[in-house]
Amino acid sequence: MARFLSQLKSMHRVSRLLLWVCALMTMLPLHAEYGDVVLNRRAEKEGMPPVIYPHWFHRIRFRCKVCHFELGFEMRAGSNDVTMQDIIDGKFCGMCHNDEVAWGVENCDLCHSGRPGMKSHIYGGHQTAGPGIW
Amino acid sequence: MMLGLVVSMVLEAAGRWRPLANDNLHDPESPAIGVLQEPAEALSQLPPDTSGNLVNWVKALEEGKINPRTNIRPETKVRIRDTDVLMTETGEMPVVRFPHKAHTMWLDCSNCHEQYFISKVGANPINMLKILEGKYCGRCHGAVAFPLTECKRCHSVPRNKIKP
Repeated sequence: MARFLSQLKSMHRVSRLLLWVCALMTMLPLHAEYGDVVLNRRAEKEGMPPVIYPHWFHRIRFRCKVCHFELGFEMRAGSNDVTMQDIIDGKFCGMCHNDEVAWGVENCDLCHSGRPGMKSHIYGGHQTAGPGIW
Repeated sequence: MMLGLVVSMVLEAAGRWRPLANDNLHDPESPAIGVLQEPAEALSQLPPDTSGNLVNWVKALEEGKINPRTNIRPETKVRIRDTDVLMTETGEMPVVRFPHKAHTMWLDCSNCHEQYFISKVGANPINMLKILEGKYCGRCHGAVAFPLTECKRCHSVPRNKIKP
């Protein structure tokens, strides 16, 4: 009986340790979501935080072809020279971010929400760090 | 012990998609945090997968779990192609089956042809090194489409199943 109790106790200790490890893992800042893109070709030079573009959010609502075919976004992070004027004129992001399909350009902070100093790049943390050219 | 396991499983599930404030990209002080949709809220509702966004996007589309728009301009022609291409020069790996259907559900022909892929069987000198560099299939796979650790999803046809 005593042996059983001590076994139970040590199992309890192990499970508590496991719990702490799991809790720590969820709290540690690890990774961006797969396919997240930082756009900072112009933003910080012009005094705004970098833009975070989440592929996951957009692909629930639009197929790739909408942006990469109709709107003409080149499939390489940082290769599209997009200005705010273009967006206001309804080009690139401005095709939807016009207060009709999605929020308009007055909501600066919703797109320009990145940490300072990040390079234009594709991020995301599952298994592959992303191809060399990115 | 059981309780510990259950709790740790719940915690693990909750940690599967990083909160935006904690993803190393968003500024935790940004006013966008709390306004933008959190990945876990949307992605946990979709067919699960083991890599990438942990979502099987093709299945999500096929099962109607999502219905993303195909075009914005009414005059845009939405093109779907339903043919498979077998790439047989894969060394000792199983043959690659490229399904046009799954790809054209998302993309237009011109996204790949002719800028990255010549529309002729055998005309594209593809190899895994180039793909790892982000060329050919690697333009999307490893960046936004399922990552390059998922060998068998492309190398899916055993050589002895190919009719000569």
